[in-house]
Amino acid sequence: MPQTMFEKIWDKHVVQQRPDGQCLLYVDRHLLHEGSFHGFKALADRGMPLRRPAQSFAIADHYVPTTSREIADIEDETARNLVTGLETNAAKFGVKHFGIKDEGQGIVHVVGPEQGITLPGLLMVCGDSHTATHGALGAYAFGIGASEVAHVMATQSIWQIKPKTMRVTVSGKRPAGVTGKDVILAIIAQISAAGATGHAVEFAGELIEELSMEERMTVCNMTIEAGGRTGMVAPDAKTFAYIKGRPYAPQGDDWDKALAEWQALPSDADAVFNTEVTLDGLLLEPMLTWGTSPEHAAGISAKAPYPAEAESAEKAQEIRDALDYIGIEPGQPLQEVMVDKVFIGSCTNSRIEDLRAAAAVAKGRKVMVKQALISPGSMLVKAQAEAEGLDVIFKESGFEWRESGCSMCVAINGDMAEPGERVASTSNRNFRGRQGPGAKTHLVSPATAAAAAVTGRFADHRDLV
Amino acid sequence: MPQIPFTQVSAVGVPLDKANVDTDQLIPARFLKYARDEHNADRLFHDVRQDPDFILNQEPFKSEGQILVADRNFGCGSSREAAVYVLQDWGFRSVIAPTFGDIFHNNCFKNGMLPIRLSAEVCAKMRQDLNTDPGATITIDLEDQTVIAPDGSTHRFEIDDFNKYCLIRGLDDIDFTLEHTAKIDQFEQDNRPSWLGHNA
Repeated sequence: MPQTMFEKIWDKHVVQQRPDGQCLLYVDRHLLHEGSFHGFKALADRGMPLRRPAQSFAIADHYVPTTSREIADIEDETARNLVTGLETNAAKFGVKHFGIKDEGQGIVHVVGPEQGITLPGLLMVCGDSHTATHGALGAYAFGIGASEVAHVMATQSIWQIKPKTMRVTVSGKRPAGVTGKDVILAIIAQISAAGATGHAVEFAGELIEELSMEERMTVCNMTIEAGGRTGMVAPDAKTFAYIKGRPYAPQGDDWDKALAEWQALPSDADAVFNTEVTLDGLLLEPMLTWGTSPEHAAGISAKAPYPAEAESAEKAQEIRDALDYIGIEPGQPLQEVMVDKVFIGSCTNSRIEDLRAAAAVAKGRKVMVKQALISPGSMLVKAQAEAEGLDVIFKESGFEWRESGCSMCVAINGDMAEPGERVASTSNRNFRGRQGPGAKTHLVSPATAAAAAVTGRFADHRDLV
Repeated sequence: MPQIPFTQVSAVGVPLDKANVDTDQLIPARFLKYARDEHNADRLFHDVRQDPDFILNQEPFKSEGQILVADRNFGCGSSREAAVYVLQDWGFRSVIAPTFGDIFHNNCFKNGMLPIRLSAEVCAKMRQDLNTDPGATITIDLEDQTVIAPDGSTHRFEIDDFNKYCLIRGLDDIDFTLEHTAKIDQFEQDNRPSWLGHNA
């Protein structure tokens, strides 16, 4: 029977299936961060070891400062203890640790692919909702809660009910200046923030194939913002070229064996998906959000919606509340909206290509907002950007060139917006107060963020390069 | 950790008339640094509750509410399990909604909290009745898989046997899985890709 890629990977990981549909799945690789302290504590309370410590990787990202690489610079004592606690626990339980001073440190969802920890066909989990990022390489990867982290640590497995399958096909060539971020925002705007709930999503079609590996990661990363359990892209020649030679990727004979398996992973031609969604890529333009849910997204040439035109009274109220919070008038052209701060970073958009796109817009221009902060996705990305001279472009423009971490995406390391400040952000969530109490977040691509930084408002970056 | 067993709960329902209530609303990220036993009810909807009109600032919901009736996509967003911890600390035993954020839904079961999916129409009617008759109660029977709404109507809900079994007994699934260790051993012997060999 023809199978989807998701079903092929699922089947290979079933340890046990119960009659009620609950399956015990084997976990190939488990990514940990400071928040994993709940799991380590659960194991310590039971006096248990990690079942397979070599299959876990610990990376400090959520609470690390971006102003320095010194743990002592974390002002909040509880937060500081989480960063040191991760190191202590990793040593105690025998887990590889990428600490704050490690040249491989970065955001867990940037480091995984970068180190070759993420590979096609693997089942991967992490106590973080953006774990679907790794699906860009053809892995089944999903976020889990703290109790599930403890369960995976103890048993190297997880109970799951098989989700339905969804294929999102984006056809056509992409218009100039449209990036992976714009593609996923357009998808979420179309299907809603709950449109993929209960589904494992495969992104396919000509435009998805055309995306770089970094862009595919951006697309898969935000699957959770459409409610999806996971997002994936079929591995192809681009994927294999990306992986080859990375530290934790297979080598020599192992590489050949792995490649043969990976080439059989893509969904069979006649595989059936429970749900099919299509988008016409030709209609896409740079996107931004205007409200407080990732589904509140529109093209850069659009105006804010009129609540009265919503399909229901409930939706009208939602739009009214969102615009009220964000401080935009119904029908206001989005390009008129002025910006206070710009953040370029996060597991969504902080990879080398993202920084190149931002630098291309920033070059020779001056920052016109209060603060424009760049936190590269990893210290390796940072080093690469500096080798290319991107840091010089940013600094000359007036951007702050910081160290790597989650930074202003989750805003728990000290990097945050003040109440009422409007942020053009390359992150993944525009929820109320996400970047600080009262902060107003607009999700954009790195190029659009850079355009906002150098014009002080939302602008079409295509007019600037 | 063993949980409080969930069998039957009859309590005041709290209507929350908002779609897409995300986990950042349920508990802001700045509180995630605390361990389970350091959490408290005061962090539930911490920033949202600054609005005195918010439903959880109103009686009898504030003191007596134990069943939250929400709208679509409740608990969307981050994987933070503390979103469930603080609901529990407030006194909630169950959340009823048309749809849930996937990870939040899973996290509920691990903490003795019962998430119930009922149709958007049923949820809307219940919220309406709870708004017009504050203090009206809802009865949930997990064994029978039924909800008795404030208007007296009965609604059946779906739950898989595994989660039902664990909730009714207050069981921890790690203990349950450890009984299957031999199967995991066998899987590791037979099914792991050989090309992962050199570094697991």
